[in-house]
Amino acid sequence: MSLLNTLPDYVITTKTDELINWMRKSSLWYMLFGLACCAIELMHTGGPRADIERFGATPRASARQSDLMIIAGTLTLKMALRTRLLYDQMPDPKYIISMGSCSNCGGLFQLAYSVCDGVDKVLPVDVYVPGCPPRPEALTEGLLKLQEKIMSERWLARERANPAVA
Amino acid sequence: MEPLSIYQALSSRFKERILEISDKTIDPFAVIEPTALLDVCTFLRDDPELAMDCLSNQTGVDYKDRIEVVYHLFSYKHRHSCILKVKLPRDNPVVATVEGLWRSANWMEREIFDLLGVTFQGHSDLRRILMPEDWEGYPLRKDFVEPREYHGIATVRESPIVRLDQKKK
Repeated sequence: MSLLNTLPDYVITTKTDELINWMRKSSLWYMLFGLACCAIELMHTGGPRADIERFGATPRASARQSDLMIIAGTLTLKMALRTRLLYDQMPDPKYIISMGSCSNCGGLFQLAYSVCDGVDKVLPVDVYVPGCPPRPEALTEGLLKLQEKIMSERWLARERANPAVA
Repeated sequence: MEPLSIYQALSSRFKERILEISDKTIDPFAVIEPTALLDVCTFLRDDPELAMDCLSNQTGVDYKDRIEVVYHLFSYKHRHSCILKVKLPRDNPVVATVEGLWRSANWMEREIFDLLGVTFQGHSDLRRILMPEDWEGYPLRKDFVEPREYHGIATVRESPIVRLDQKKK
């Protein structure tokens, strides 16, 4: 403590983990990727009223520039393979928010022949947002939860903090 | 023209190749012999009195003992419409394509092929349109059995309530 006390006011001390996590959580660029009606709410969340850009989340058109994938809508089996491909194209660290009943568990359409019942069968999900569709407030809450989760990560840890098992 | 008088005109021209005319339903329809489909459709499109210039919808139905392909035709010139049906055997449903008459048939026939397995002879590009290309079976058939998994993705999801019950025991 003696060292800290000698530092001038304009020097802030922190931990590496906290600094890195703070930078990561403050620029969660999400991929422009909507699958069904949840995408409308996703657009709303990026709009002026909910405005998740306040929290550093801005849409990117390319998987290679994104940190976050928001699965917004019904995931069909055909799309599931393509979603996995897009996920593989994202650079680490990468996160997934499963938005709405359909991507959580198949929702209304889980008995359909073409629907993948839940995105967690294909990809590791970090935050599940319930709702059909979730309101922009709910998705914002999901994003904040994800930021909390990111803040608990350890830089030297090999695995991410508790990714839900696929 | 009213649909029924259209069917009458067809009937007087094509005789027994028009198998049935039904006015029991809200929309009357005519059932046509599959081999006569192209002749009937060409006549419907090219006759100036009928001038069916639009295939507004084409779809298929599985009735367990047969598969029907349904054609909804419309004339922008005369503002009238008619419905044609073709009954096909379930084990080998084959019918001529009407893509040469109405280009809109291209995708609709691909969809019927995709979901019901009807082969349209002479179609320029008969591939699956909605389901993945490596999908097996025709999902809208009554006897379609959903595969247990697709590329390693299980297609059934356990109910979490059932899982909780099992844990209690």
